[in-house]
Amino acid sequence: MGLELYLDLLSQPCRAIYIFAKKNGIPFQLRTVELLKGQHLSDAFAQVNPLKKVPALKDGDFTLSESVAILLYLFHKYKVPDYWYPQDLQARARVDEYLAWQHTALRRNCLRALWHKVMLPVVMGEQISSELLAATLAELDVTLQVLEDKFLQDKAFLVGPQISLADLVAITELMHPVGAGCQVFEGRPKLAAWYRRVEAAVGEDLFREAHEVILKVKDTPPADPTVKQKLMPGVLAMIR
Amino acid sequence: MGLELYLDLLSQPCRAVYLFAKKTGIPFQLHTVNLFKGQHLTEEFSQVNSLQKVPVLKDGDFFLSESSAILIYLSCRCQVGDHWYPPDLQSHARIHEYLGWHADNIRGTFGVTLWARIIAPLMGLQIPEEEVERNKTGMSQALQQLEDKFLRDKAFLMGQEMTLADLMSLEELMQPVIFGYDVFEGRPRLAAWRERVEAFLGAELWQETHAPALNFLDQWTKNTLLMLRPESYPSFLLRIARIP
Repeated sequence: MGLELYLDLLSQPCRAIYIFAKKNGIPFQLRTVELLKGQHLSDAFAQVNPLKKVPALKDGDFTLSESVAILLYLFHKYKVPDYWYPQDLQARARVDEYLAWQHTALRRNCLRALWHKVMLPVVMGEQISSELLAATLAELDVTLQVLEDKFLQDKAFLVGPQISLADLVAITELMHPVGAGCQVFEGRPKLAAWYRRVEAAVGEDLFREAHEVILKVKDTPPADPTVKQKLMPGVLAMIR
Repeated sequence: MGLELYLDLLSQPCRAVYLFAKKTGIPFQLHTVNLFKGQHLTEEFSQVNSLQKVPVLKDGDFFLSESSAILIYLSCRCQVGDHWYPPDLQSHARIHEYLGWHADNIRGTFGVTLWARIIAPLMGLQIPEEEVERNKTGMSQALQQLEDKFLRDKAFLMGQEMTLADLMSLEELMQPVIFGYDVFEGRPRLAAWRERVEAFLGAELWQETHAPALNFLDQWTKNTLLMLRPESYPSFLLRIARIP
């Protein structure tokens, strides 16, 4: 049995893995796990990942969860260009530093922006107070500034002259608020230019394909009440 | 120029870095950044880390933040045993799987006891009881997953040997224990794991690493803790507001 990836392109880390595998010609069987249908909560999926989260990887009898772990596993197992996770100790440490930072900063803000602006009100039918939404977007704004000032600075990509896992993980996060209709690049020319460089490095077609779902997220029909009930505890824990 | 580490041993990720460097015999110069006194908010420290967070590593003119990145950097740069950060494909992936899960479920959850019991009251604030209860539920769920998904019947989180993951994890769990909430109670498997990690590190290093936090608690108990500086208030308030 070859490599299997359990993904839903609605999820930002899933998009990073999808792009990484496709871009590097890594052969895999795509197993779509539709989050909004609660497929990640099924017993069948719990066999793959008992934590009931996507992304998940299955390679023979080896199963793995957590996006960064999956990206590194793919990087080490397959012959892919070194720049994704540079051999150079300090450059590699910069990628690790970014990946650790984003986990508790950008990740949280992008997720909350999407859920407070679109997913909860439009899909789940839950009203969000304008104060909460404003606070969420203000926090996102602060984090975007850190991304630009501390990580991007005047470089072409987050850790240097070439694309790395850090850029891929960052851009797929940013497409969450973009999908929600936030103008994340407005008034941030450096970040906007970086976005275009990442898109070009990945390839426009692949980039578009991976983001089709999130860019149409506002058209998602309201969730079925029984599914909603199943999903809400996980959603609330995730965006708290 | 040797390695320098900017730490406050009151902070759990700093203790993980400290334990690692000491145990593996990596020579370093220690710069203590007293968080309670707001030393991480100074202009001087912003030159070291513009994010105003500890831990930070300095190696020549290279500055690195984020505890997991620092631990990985030290593992690769210095001659430490392979077991800390195993190079084989699957074990390597397992460590990163743990670190990803840790960032979501452990980090941010186990520090709340200190804020709720000591720091917020010092600021004249009271963390609502429902938030404290929710935090306990969060800790309990995380502990269950830690036991069932990661530790299981192994000696250490990743297998028969100590890794970075054990240090990161145990120091987070020690934070509520130090400040009065014993997360090991009723969890013999996790308690036995803690004993194995402690034994591996040695009593002397263990005590030395936890002394500043215990001393902080002691001062608070005796009511001799220094007053908070006003300039620390905004960042402390932000942290408290983040308690779910």
